[in-house]
Amino acid sequence: MKLKLLFGALLLSLGVATSALAEDYVIDKKGQHAVIQFKIAHLGYSWLIGRFNDFEGTFSYDEKNPSASKINVTINTASVDTNHAARDKHLRSPDFFNVDKYPTATFTSKSFKELGDGKAKLTGTFTLNGVTRDITIDVKHVGHGDDPWGGYRRGFEGTTTLALADWNIPFAPKLGPASATVELYFSFEGVRQ
Amino acid sequence: MSLRNSNSRYGWVSIVIHWLMALAIFGMFGLGVWMVDLDYYDSWYHRSLWVHQSIGMLLLFLLLFRVVWRLTNPVPEIMGLWWEKLIALWVHRGHYIIMAALMISGYLITTAYGRGVDIFGWFEFPALLPADKGRETTLGFWHMLLAWGFMAYIAMHAAAALKHHFIDRDITLLRMLGINRKGENDET
Repeated sequence: MKLKLLFGALLLSLGVATSALAEDYVIDKKGQHAVIQFKIAHLGYSWLIGRFNDFEGTFSYDEKNPSASKINVTINTASVDTNHAARDKHLRSPDFFNVDKYPTATFTSKSFKELGDGKAKLTGTFTLNGVTRDITIDVKHVGHGDDPWGGYRRGFEGTTTLALADWNIPFAPKLGPASATVELYFSFEGVRQ
Repeated sequence: MSLRNSNSRYGWVSIVIHWLMALAIFGMFGLGVWMVDLDYYDSWYHRSLWVHQSIGMLLLFLLLFRVVWRLTNPVPEIMGLWWEKLIALWVHRGHYIIMAALMISGYLITTAYGRGVDIFGWFEFPALLPADKGRETTLGFWHMLLAWGFMAYIAMHAAAALKHHFIDRDITLLRMLGINRKGENDET
């Protein structure tokens, strides 16, 4: 009986200990197992897809207490890449991202809510072009587990849609009505620290 | 008057290249300033850049030929005091240096992603340097700065030519126009 109690207490404390210990991950930038992509209509006739090639971030995730999850991502706005030199030059200019004035865009999470079935809602503060607003991102768990090289990894993907008019982009109205919103997509693989 | 320069006169090749490039570069400056503010739905939005790049490449080829021509021809004697000659010589050389920087920067902007430049649909000039994403923005700034700077430089050059013509009353300007003043000895 005594032994059982002791064992029970031990288990309990172990459980408490693991739940208090949120797992911290660093987004795998080195291995490029992470992408931030945007998709916007071109004239309404097709899609333009671009990326931010340079960003970094960390997140924490605890399976026992997912709502305590946090994520921080910093994007180097000058790393915008749509595979077209003249357009990327234009995107870096004050007509769009004004990268000299606003070299980074940042996202800091505020809340994370599991919706079940591997889905979640992430809200947080996004700062782009000097504008700071709260945005909501639909997140999906992709997978997690040991990697073949002795580490532990966990990955998410997410999408959100932003209205260009909200983000201080002077050229936005000139793109035409079909291009009023842009869809952001990310996939992050974190390596547990 | 011959095609080649003499020690006192410019030949037709030098004269034609001088004024052709002057005209084209003024046009390119205007085109450049105009095109960067075009509306996305303007029918010239893409064409203006294409024309700018095409003419720019032709100017670069012409500049290469011009430098070769200058190095293989006599340079007509510069008129003025010794220090005026020295300044004039370096102002002339400065033109080549600025033009080369301007045109090469334009070429490197266009080929920043490792793709060649289409020249009026006639042919494509290849990207000679490897792709270097981001240089289009850095060099774009310098391209603009050089363009404005070169306009100021040309204004100074034109003012000096007019000073030679109206104040010194020498043949500096006339010989670049291919005009022979009466009584002048044409060596050719």
